[in-house]
Amino acid sequence: MAAIETDVVIIGAGPIGLFAVFELGLLDLKCHLVDILDRAGGQCTELYPEKPIYDIPGIPIVTGQELTNRLMEQAAPFAPQFHFGEMAKTLEKLDDGRWKLSTDAGTEIIAHVVVVAAGAGSFVPKRPPLPGIETFENAGDGIGVHYAVRKMETFRGKNILIAGGGDSALDWVINLAPLAKSLTLVHHRDGFRAAAHSVNQMRELEKEGKVKFHIASVKALHGDAGKLSGVTLAGHDKTEWHHEADTFLPFFGLTIKLGPIAEFGINLHENLIPVDTARFESQTPGIFAIGDINTYTGKLKLILSGFHEAALMAQAAFHVCRPHEKLRFQYTTSSSSLQKKLGVS
Amino acid sequence: MKIIAIDRQGKEHELEGRDGWTVMESLRDGGLDIAAECGGACACATCHVYVNDGWFEKLPAPSEGEIDMLDMALAVEPNSRLSCQIIVGPETDGIKVTIAPE
Repeated sequence: MAAIETDVVIIGAGPIGLFAVFELGLLDLKCHLVDILDRAGGQCTELYPEKPIYDIPGIPIVTGQELTNRLMEQAAPFAPQFHFGEMAKTLEKLDDGRWKLSTDAGTEIIAHVVVVAAGAGSFVPKRPPLPGIETFENAGDGIGVHYAVRKMETFRGKNILIAGGGDSALDWVINLAPLAKSLTLVHHRDGFRAAAHSVNQMRELEKEGKVKFHIASVKALHGDAGKLSGVTLAGHDKTEWHHEADTFLPFFGLTIKLGPIAEFGINLHENLIPVDTARFESQTPGIFAIGDINTYTGKLKLILSGFHEAALMAQAAFHVCRPHEKLRFQYTTSSSSLQKKLGVS
Repeated sequence: MKIIAIDRQGKEHELEGRDGWTVMESLRDGGLDIAAECGGACACATCHVYVNDGWFEKLPAPSEGEIDMLDMALAVEPNSRLSCQIIVGPETDGIKVTIAPE
């Protein structure tokens, strides 16, 4: 696949990355965004889609999902291109001064400017604290430890153990039960965070003998050379027993790790990117950092601060992308050319 | 108000808790390794602690929302709580918690 060429590549499609599209778009700069999640919004949609936010100027109350929807709408006139479900993996400086960002899906994006709007980093599955778990993570299709189900068919005929009590855990219990050799669900209590109808379906499958459910937790994994053979389960009364399993699917949601950004050669201070407060540029020219990922004297991790940072970053980024052009600062309320870009005049 | 916290290396720390603040804030401000990704919104389960030595029973019961959120925590035990939901006050003086593994 040929590399994509654009003005700006933004790492992170959270609220600040989305607003950066708008600010850059007003200056005629085109953006591509890379995000490991499968949708826009970052922490707003992943952690608190339904929780109200009260400190967005001019919007007394808005949920994480609503705010994301509105930012998407605001950015839409500038036709941002999203690369969802991809992790920004490597960053390379090209001879012509531009940057090439490569993702774990093989997408290559060449841009004049890189904007890191990655929040606290990448959302990755929570890994249960079991000794040696990583040795079972790449055992192969359908066997060992998996944190997501890509192809259901690979799990056919396997002894599957699922842990967790949320929607993912219950959904996969219901979907994999028909094709598993055996399917066991373990959870620390006889109650579930998952939607009630999923829980009812699971209880039905349990009655029919198609699913086994234990109030228990996984204490150890057993197997040889990365091939899982079974686990030790422990009940509430601390009784332990062996359970045979080819496949272990832990579903405890996501956590945030800085990830490959740490290897990009950008100067970091305690996992944050120090920036100047005029340009919001890192100590590497051409790489900017806005939102929760940056740090400077007086930094506040607030969405509203990120919006301000995006606006100033865009001004500086313009001069990197268009070194021979003069930036004309205009207001959306009065500029007919800006209104034309926004599609409102 | 005192908080005794045991970190993931088993080391004990004595922290000062502020009345009306949360145990999570004391752990975080005390420099202990606790992610608390959502900043105290009961939305991420990364401030998971075990409440020790009889203190679990002395605390007000967790809310429905916290019990649900604990489903997303790793290595949950009967004395598991989310530290962002434990409010510090005179009645918690001396509370002992252990930071759960991650």
